[in-house]
Amino acid sequence: MAETQVLEKKVATPISFGKKERALITDPLNDNNPITVQVLGICSALAVTTGMKNAAVMAVAVVFVCVGSNVITSALRKAIPSQVRMIVQLVIIATLVTVVELTLKAYAFESYKQLSVFIGLIITNCIVMGRLEAFAMANRPYESALDGLGNGIGYGIILLIVAFFRELLGKGELFGMKLIGAGDIYAINTETSDIFGWYVSNGLMVQFPSAMFVIAVLIWAHRAWNPKLVDIS
Amino acid sequence: MGELANIFIKSAFIENLALAYFLGMCSFLAVSKSVKTAFGLGLAVIFVLGITMPINWMIETYLLSENGVFSTDLTFLRFILFIAVIASMVQLVEMVVEKMSPALYNSLGIFLPLITVNCAILGGSLFMVSKEYNFGESVAFGLGGGFGWFVAIVAIAAIREKIKYSNVPPAMRGLGMAFLLTGMMGMAFMGLMGIDFVNF
Repeated sequence: MAETQVLEKKVATPISFGKKERALITDPLNDNNPITVQVLGICSALAVTTGMKNAAVMAVAVVFVCVGSNVITSALRKAIPSQVRMIVQLVIIATLVTVVELTLKAYAFESYKQLSVFIGLIITNCIVMGRLEAFAMANRPYESALDGLGNGIGYGIILLIVAFFRELLGKGELFGMKLIGAGDIYAINTETSDIFGWYVSNGLMVQFPSAMFVIAVLIWAHRAWNPKLVDIS
Repeated sequence: MGELANIFIKSAFIENLALAYFLGMCSFLAVSKSVKTAFGLGLAVIFVLGITMPINWMIETYLLSENGVFSTDLTFLRFILFIAVIASMVQLVEMVVEKMSPALYNSLGIFLPLITVNCAILGGSLFMVSKEYNFGESVAFGLGGGFGWFVAIVAIAAIREKIKYSNVPPAMRGLGMAFLLTGMMGMAFMGLMGIDFVNF
């Protein structure tokens, strides 16, 4: 696991967007991906990947919470006593998650009902907590914001990829648009189509096990493409 | 009583927190490399779930709901209060166990703090709220959910210990296989769907 922690310097370096800053965002997308490499934040994520729409809402929520809590914790890092830092961090995260929950309840009630308890579970999403511990407690708010953004996006991308396969193969839909299946409402009607007459949606894809299988295959592909991530032990 | 037993069985096997709701997956995958440590973490989860669930039930009913002490709807404070209860309970349990049984503390020690951020604990409490359980049911749900999680992590740890000697493609070693195995265990647990002890 590559350590992205940057040691603080005595002299304040000016805020800029150079190579180091760009690495903070791009590193979590590939070499240090929260899900396929660090194995963080799987808990609250997989249950929402039955549809692209829910996955997108969840990804945006996690990016918001990740950036917000990173910035707040980083701004307070010198004032937080290290013995109670866990509880302080949890309260910061819980506050932001409550904001997300109330916002969704007000403006996207449909998604709010479908995501139900999994919005609350962003609090215990290990990636948020993990970034606070590993990065925000030791770096300036600006770098912490970039780090939160990178990790949030790295997490969101995996969510969307998993949701793409699960929704398409499981329900024949994408973002709720009916693409393939039996009946007139689908764009490709398997009852009348000559080419796709054999196609039946796989109900297992929306169940628990297939999320695991899809991620396993993703990890396989990712590590085959990027061999330095292979688990040697 | 039959109702409570039914909730216990249901939350332990059919609606298994780990294998049907993906809860506690992070520690599930990270700590399941050996049976011994998995056993310790599983016990700690049963312990903490069994304690925090009734406490959170009381907070929800007597403090936050409209019929509670403040007779206003304070449910927007739910996340903060629940996670505070869990964090302080874990701290408390850690101190009590350290004093009462150093042997148990040594085997659970490092896992107890980890449990604060185990989604199974907070998720269990949130499920209890959304399913509108009463006190007895929430205790049964807590213990059953913890037991189910315990069974799942010990089983996957045993499989992972064996699979170490197999010739797996390099890119699939470790994490990839853990995901595949969890998926297969999920399929196995799906086979228990439909068990109902009330109508036995």
